[in-house]
Amino acid sequence: MAVGSEINPNDAISSAGKVELLFFGQLKERLKCSKLSLEISQPLTISELKLRLVSQYPHWQPWLEERELLAALNQTMSSSDEIVKAGDELAFFPPVTGG
Amino acid sequence: MSIHIQVQTDDFNVGDEHNTLCSNNKSDGAVVTFTGLVREFSSGDNVIALELEHYPGMTEQLLQSIAEQAQTRWQLARICIIHRVGYLALGEQIVFVGVTSRHRQAAFEGAQFIMDYLKNHATFWKKEHFKDSSNWVEFKQSDKQALGKWES
Repeated sequence: MAVGSEINPNDAISSAGKVELLFFGQLKERLKCSKLSLEISQPLTISELKLRLVSQYPHWQPWLEERELLAALNQTMSSSDEIVKAGDELAFFPPVTGG
Repeated sequence: MSIHIQVQTDDFNVGDEHNTLCSNNKSDGAVVTFTGLVREFSSGDNVIALELEHYPGMTEQLLQSIAEQAQTRWQLARICIIHRVGYLALGEQIVFVGVTSRHRQAAFEGAQFIMDYLKNHATFWKKEHFKDSSNWVEFKQSDKQALGKWES
């Protein structure tokens, strides 16, 4: 029996879970939200996750679609095609202005 | 080689930090320090205070990585980076960068490199407070251009 080749029904379940979202700076103020747990059923790209957020919170659209918005996945600067999985921390913020 | 990174709400004492960079340090002939202050004029209005927020965890990692990059380019024995967050009144200290090296050129360049990279990459956001209003500071293209000199 080729047990290993069978599809494990738990696979779909194990990829579901929460992504911890963080917002900083002016974005945080505009969204009136500093953090949010988002339930995902499967891994998705940062841009797909943004679309999910927009469908859930339509009034966030102009701020989340801001061209200069930056994203950090698990505290590393990331491009919009990177994959977000359950358990990840994803932050969105405007260009930095320290120093 | 040592790197000291600190993000804090409390003020710092430049003299103390300078002493720490120099103490028991027989090999380095140069210390360069930079201190950034809250200044009065920004885009016309009188700034009365700044509010700084950051991404805890990521900021410290980024500052550590900037300091390590500086040490790969110059012989910088000691690096200290302190950045304050929270509400800072006019004239208060915001940021301190101190480096030591055998000779002055590496120390000058190393300190400037760290400040240029910090301005462009470290996850801090600044809000200016005026008498009756407040405003998030916009990223300056001149800060981005400042990186150009290190990219050759």
